[in-house]
Amino acid sequence: MAFLEFNAGFDYGLLLAVPFIPLFGYALQIAFRKKLPFGDKILTGGMGIVMAITVYMAFKAIFHHGDEPFFHESAREGHFFKWFYTVMEWDDPKNVAAGILYDPLGAVLLAVVGIVSFCVHLYSQGYMHGDKRYNIFFANISLFTFAMLSLVLSDNILFFFIFWEIMGLMSYLLIGHFSHDPDNVYFHRWATWASKKAFLTTRVGDVCLLIGMLMFFGWTDPELGRACNSFRFTDLWAHSQAVVEANNGQFPVWMTVAGLFTFGGTVGKSAQFPLHIWLPDAMAGPTPVSAMIHAATMVAAGVFLLGRMFPLFSPEVLTVVTIIGATTALFAATIGMTAWDLKAVLAWSTISQLGFMVAAVGLGGVVAGMFHMTTHAFFKACLFLSAGSVIHACHHEQDMHKMGGLRKHLPITFWCMTICTLAIAGVPFFSGFYSKDMILLAGWEGILGSQFDGWKLYATLALSLAAILTAFYMFRMVFLTFFGEYRGDVSEGHGHGHDDHGHGHDDHHDHHEVEHAEDGGIAHGHPGPVPVEVPWKMATALCILAFLGMFSGDFWLLDLQFWNIYHPHAWFEHMATLDTLYPNVSGWLGERFPEPDAHTAHVAHNYAFFGSVFLIAPLGIFLAYFLYVRRRDLPAKITGALGIVYETVRDKYYIDQVINATVIKPSVAFGRLLKLIDERLVDGLVLLVGAINKQLGVVSAAFDRIVVDGLVNFVGLVSQTFGAVSRLLQTGRVQQYAAFAVGGALLTAAWLILS
Amino acid sequence: MGLGAYVAVSAALFGLGIICILVRRNVLYVLMGIEMILNAANINFVAFNRFGDNGLDGRMFAIFTIILAAAEAAVALAIVLNIFHLFNSIKPSEADLLRE
Repeated sequence: MAFLEFNAGFDYGLLLAVPFIPLFGYALQIAFRKKLPFGDKILTGGMGIVMAITVYMAFKAIFHHGDEPFFHESAREGHFFKWFYTVMEWDDPKNVAAGILYDPLGAVLLAVVGIVSFCVHLYSQGYMHGDKRYNIFFANISLFTFAMLSLVLSDNILFFFIFWEIMGLMSYLLIGHFSHDPDNVYFHRWATWASKKAFLTTRVGDVCLLIGMLMFFGWTDPELGRACNSFRFTDLWAHSQAVVEANNGQFPVWMTVAGLFTFGGTVGKSAQFPLHIWLPDAMAGPTPVSAMIHAATMVAAGVFLLGRMFPLFSPEVLTVVTIIGATTALFAATIGMTAWDLKAVLAWSTISQLGFMVAAVGLGGVVAGMFHMTTHAFFKACLFLSAGSVIHACHHEQDMHKMGGLRKHLPITFWCMTICTLAIAGVPFFSGFYSKDMILLAGWEGILGSQFDGWKLYATLALSLAAILTAFYMFRMVFLTFFGEYRGDVSEGHGHGHDDHGHGHDDHHDHHEVEHAEDGGIAHGHPGPVPVEVPWKMATALCILAFLGMFSGDFWLLDLQFWNIYHPHAWFEHMATLDTLYPNVSGWLGERFPEPDAHTAHVAHNYAFFGSVFLIAPLGIFLAYFLYVRRRDLPAKITGALGIVYETVRDKYYIDQVINATVIKPSVAFGRLLKLIDERLVDGLVLLVGAINKQLGVVSAAFDRIVVDGLVNFVGLVSQTFGAVSRLLQTGRVQQYAAFAVGGALLTAAWLILS
Repeated sequence: MGLGAYVAVSAALFGLGIICILVRRNVLYVLMGIEMILNAANINFVAFNRFGDNGLDGRMFAIFTIILAAAEAAVALAIVLNIFHLFNSIKPSEADLLRE
């Protein structure tokens, strides 16, 4: 089929249009603000075009056949943007030329971002209706989408980093969206605080990434005798292979250090331990933002970074990556079990799932990690948007204590959320099952294969346990929200529609804000009519994402050719393997990560597959059903019995407090110390110099007054005295004058005579 | 009598004139002192003319000096009159405007 062949002349232009459509939309919206008619619809339409292009282009990657891997680097085909250009040879290391890298991984993530962004734009038209900064909101999410799409298309780490930073900025602006709207006091103070926290925390990771990428760029390896001097991913991969081969097959220490710094970027952006603390608080942003930025795209960029930089990571780095990822997955899942805020459950779930992806990359299952990133983007975006629908319908109530029984009121939301919860829980035939199974498979292959390590065992068991907990707390959320009786306050007399949020309740909200500011607590809504289903735009977005959350793991319903129960993730593995993701170093990576032998693969597959099917999801779901539908009295007893353990988990293991005490307090204290030094020492020195100058001035004035003036006065005095004396001679008497004359004459005469 | 006697008389007269100018408290005596000095000079002129060998020049100068003294006396008396008008006195010690 010709239209599914990659056409270099045309398709690069098409791909270039992908980020520039939202950028143009942003410029249009910012330039005209509220004067732009149908601004939201124009931007959503633009995103629709973007979605169409990205999906069309992704199909080219999915249906690619042939011996050559689907790997297109526009710079190598003459299409690139010249930046820092010094020599007119495109591959000269002195140049920084930015081009498009379109490989299977980029293709899939680009389509994911396109689809999710379109859905979020569509959804926001309903959810954000009536917001004061409605236009700014649309402009911001458009610019964010531009940055994310550009990041996916970047063929070099430098541009990747630039867009990474733009995303960080937009994340900051969008989390703090409500902090500029005094009428929407709902998240007023929490939003300001959370946006700062998110920005500063991710900044730590960003600085690490900058250090790591510059090390990879410019560190001269002593054995090889040269540095990479290129930001392009393919050059970095090839350089990595060259360095390792020059070092007799060992990774030098600087590669490990640089790799750890690069991983620091992921830790910040993808909210891994110990920099995960910003993500739960980022829920202060509008729910569509949480769905897009903090679930589907931006946090996935950290995992995408791992995918892009995978060949550069030494075994030591991968060990750290695995341990951090698995630990994050497990502990975030435990916190997710205790959360009562609807969005907080999803936030902890996101951290946990990101931990799965990170751990998968560390275990060598980079394809599995990327696959989970893809499926997770759909079902988590859908879960967040469903949660947004629930919150919207419940008059901005987020506390699950006040929900329940919404199944009858919100049928569409209920079904979308249930599908995606089944997906995240890992129930067979739903997308999350395939990807999570693949991650556990990578873990079991690591345990059973020839390269066994203790940390692989730890990671696999931690991930399995986290998977059980995931099924448990996600179904806990569904049961609490949609089953039972509606526990919210119903006041029919209010009679305002659900678009009219917040007005007339300022005092009430202020009270709660003060109470919950800076502790990430649950935000409370206000009583209103019985919840009703969301508008069609929001429902459409939910349905698109729920469909993909169901089928993106394996399009078994669409194309039976791909369906193979014993090898279910065929479509993704068909397009993405180490050979197609890193074609120029595929042989080397094949040696580093050998395929397990048939027996090991078989046994590992059995463990992972049957564990997923029969143990993980059923156990978690059954527990949730038992505790939150059958025996509702039990959870309180269990938490009461656990006592301090439960409190520790509920208070997020006090990590916020620990970081507050170990990092923030010392930083603030250090700042205070500097202020003190500045005030006392520096100011003191300046004041001392001033005082010395002043005293010198006094001395100088005294000298001037006494010595200089004295001299002048003395001269005057001498003249005066002399004048006074000589005045005595000037009597005016003629006779006296004559006497002088005669006397003088006589003396002269006497002198003449005597001499 | 030789030249010395003349000169002695002349010197005595000069000395008396000087003393008269310096010590008298009446301005008219001062004028008289001035006349005495002029005459002392005249004696010298005449004496050196008598004992010298140079014609009548000394005597001519003496005559000029007498004429000059007359003119001086006239001017001086006028000044004395003015001083009297100004100070209501003819004491030279009181006419001390030169101090100014």
